[in-house]
Amino acid sequence: MENDAKRFLYVNRKAPYGTIYALESLEVVLIGAAFEQNVSLAFLDDGVFQLTKGQDTQGIGVKNFSPTYRALGDYDVNKLYVEKESLEERGLSVDDLQEITYEDEDDDWEEKPSINIVSRSEMADIMANQDVVLSF
Amino acid sequence: MSTLHTVNKSPFSTQSLVSCLGHAKDGDTVLLIEDGVYGAISQSGISDAISARATEVNLCVLQPDLEARGVDAAKVVEGVNLVDYSGFVELAAKHSLTQAWL
Amino acid sequence: MAYQVNGATIEHDEEGYILTLSDWSKELADVIAETEEIDMNEEHWEVVNFLREYYEEYQIAPAVRVLIKSIKKSLGPEKGNNKYMYELFPYGPAKQACKIAGLPKPTGCV
Repeated sequence: MENDAKRFLYVNRKAPYGTIYALESLEVVLIGAAFEQNVSLAFLDDGVFQLTKGQDTQGIGVKNFSPTYRALGDYDVNKLYVEKESLEERGLSVDDLQEITYEDEDDDWEEKPSINIVSRSEMADIMANQDVVLSF
Repeated sequence: MSTLHTVNKSPFSTQSLVSCLGHAKDGDTVLLIEDGVYGAISQSGISDAISARATEVNLCVLQPDLEARGVDAAKVVEGVNLVDYSGFVELAAKHSLTQAWL
Repeated sequence: MAYQVNGATIEHDEEGYILTLSDWSKELADVIAETEEIDMNEEHWEVVNFLREYYEEYQIAPAVRVLIKSIKKSLGPEKGNNKYMYELFPYGPAKQACKIAGLPKPTGCV
């Protein structure tokens, strides 16, 4: 599958809740996962806010969709790239993000982290190395 | 005469907060709401610009929006006050004018 | 469009999924199952309860492929397979079981 599958990158640059982009992206990723493509997710600029832990939306009466990122592994989406510079500019570090893991089919179902922290130049390389880029 | 300014956009994606802080008068209140609450995170690229106005301007952040986005109150810039919805209403009543920085 | 349970009226959409998640009850599940022509036994309940727990944790109703994989992981391969699941829910394990469990239509079902 990996050989002839197209490489899809979903680019997430918006904070959750303020606009509908983050939720729309997540839904498209989950629906698109049925097509067994090679999917990666990029989180940069305000998109890094999507992955923060401890989100509690009771006070604003909106559905908290942050737990759904933890289901991505079940959908075989396990490459989440988060840009280090974007985190730092926003006063965040990897410790402010929720833990997201997947079970590696090829390694006796060992649980592994899905989030990879990458530099801006690494992110540029990831973006350049795709067949399809979808922006949110 | 004073103004309540509300900012609802992330300071990392628009100039709204910077422009608002540049135009707010001493004694005004700047209230961060919705995605604007990200402006209250300490040690960010713009937190110095926030704390620089914290003495002349009453800086506030709406707590339910902060909690929704997983921003820990302990990470909020010093001098920025947390307010709830009724605090928002009180601020609106206290100031003679409300200006939204969209 | 609505289900009737113990004198209460529970609204649902054109496909039979209830509109308000908190309206769900075990009695309602039996009523929905009846319209789906399913006679609920322990095996059905096991899947329905599994789905409700999955939703509680991840805030989504899983696609059928994901549901079967997850069932296999937690209940074993004799239950986590297409044959077993389609025997329980002939019109689609994710779609029917989600409806009975009071969840939205599975994410990833086109």
